[in-house]
Amino acid sequence: MTKEDCKKLVIDIISDIAPDEDLTAIKPEVKLRDQLQLDSMDFLDIVMELRKRHGIEVPEADYSHLASLESCAEYLTPKFAAKA
Amino acid sequence: MKQSRIVITGVGLTAPNGNTLAEFRKNLLNGVSGITTVEVRFMGRHPAGMCTFDPLKYQKKKDVRIGTRAGGISIYCAREALADAGVNLETRDRSRVGIYLGITEHGNVETENEVYNISQFKYDTKFWTHHHNPRTVANNPAGEVSLNLGITGPAYTIGAACAAGNMGLIHAAQMLRLGEVDFALGGGVSESPQTFGIFAGFKSQNALAAHADPTKASRPFDKARNGIVISEGGCIYTLERLEDAQARGAKIYGEIAGYCVNSDATDYVLPNPERQAECVRKAITNAGMTIEDIDLVNTHATSTPQGDIQECQAIAEVFRGRSTPPHINNTKSFIGHAMGAAGALELAGNLPSFDDLVVHPTINVDELDPQCDIPGLVINQPRPVRRVDTILNNSFGMLGINSTLIIKRFVA
Repeated sequence: MTKEDCKKLVIDIISDIAPDEDLTAIKPEVKLRDQLQLDSMDFLDIVMELRKRHGIEVPEADYSHLASLESCAEYLTPKFAAKA
Repeated sequence: MKQSRIVITGVGLTAPNGNTLAEFRKNLLNGVSGITTVEVRFMGRHPAGMCTFDPLKYQKKKDVRIGTRAGGISIYCAREALADAGVNLETRDRSRVGIYLGITEHGNVETENEVYNISQFKYDTKFWTHHHNPRTVANNPAGEVSLNLGITGPAYTIGAACAAGNMGLIHAAQMLRLGEVDFALGGGVSESPQTFGIFAGFKSQNALAAHADPTKASRPFDKARNGIVISEGGCIYTLERLEDAQARGAKIYGEIAGYCVNSDATDYVLPNPERQAECVRKAITNAGMTIEDIDLVNTHATSTPQGDIQECQAIAEVFRGRSTPPHINNTKSFIGHAMGAAGALELAGNLPSFDDLVVHPTINVDELDPQCDIPGLVINQPRPVRRVDTILNNSFGMLGINSTLIIKRFVA
């Protein structure tokens, strides 16, 4: 899985978590919370959906890696690769 | 002590056969049932009353996802009531607004869904949602309204089984009279059909309705009735002290005349007609009225073989001795049993009688049960009448809680 594939999977999850948001112009380097209306409960939803849909665990200490789409891809791509 | 007069100034509702009071009333007068069938988890299709309001009229998709069905119903009804009352909360002190919603139960739906969810993951509780607690706290429906409308006054629910719809209004009136709030949203809500547990529970009691035609499944007083049709719905009223309503030139639907809440103290499930009759009598006394003053009685009857007979006995006993009986009807025959919303919705279905002078019927009575054949029943066809100045609304619930609410035509 490439980082771009990983970003698409994360966006798929966010589109369900935040269905009112326009995700077409999301900036990968910018913090998700700075461009979308996401709160801490929404990030817990992202963690839950990664667990449910993809069997990926994100320990609480690593939540900061989910800050932006780019950091998500950086952090999650090796995890997806390890599961492949 | 002289009590403030409390009036109803707005109505917002969603019922299985109507998403506004006008639509609901029209269908009640035209004999249109709202009952259909739904697929119940583990149980197949069963008759049920489902509402068709648009949840996105007043909520974002995300709020609908995070919140509960009961919360969404409550928000829809509260917003519709405020619009109907012509009240803009932006111009009011929202710390002086109270939200009081009757519920039969809350949290079963959300808990059951989560148990099912984790069953898909070998019951590993790490898949249990972090939304569970805010969704299942008993104040959830009222709390969601407070969040949606920015109301910072008291917002809570009143758990009173199926007597709860009346209780929301009664409690709102009490809080207005105590001066705790200056404006109240009171009523009842239910999301019950979203859980299989309530269907299974009534089925195990032999009290779940079954009929090939779902629109005929809810048939109070009919000889072939065989149980309850479970429904969702909501009805919330705006209530104000009379002087406040008059000061802003509000439309007034009716006035809280009197009420009573009592308990059977006899059984977990079985009703007690003696206590029901006592509840009705005490409400009439509380209203400063006599049995001669009651024009319309809306029954609680749920279409169970025993419960309908017992309520009929109670009503017959209370009104025995009148030269002409009050008009007696039943709204569940159209919408099923909307649980916590039932009392509030059923009252709303009858409020227009003050103006249109028609009593909506009890439908689906193909053969009247002789044991329910009490004077005054309005069966299958609406009844034009010369006057309706008072409506007495019964709602009774498990653990023996009874509520009777009397609304009278507003006369300045």
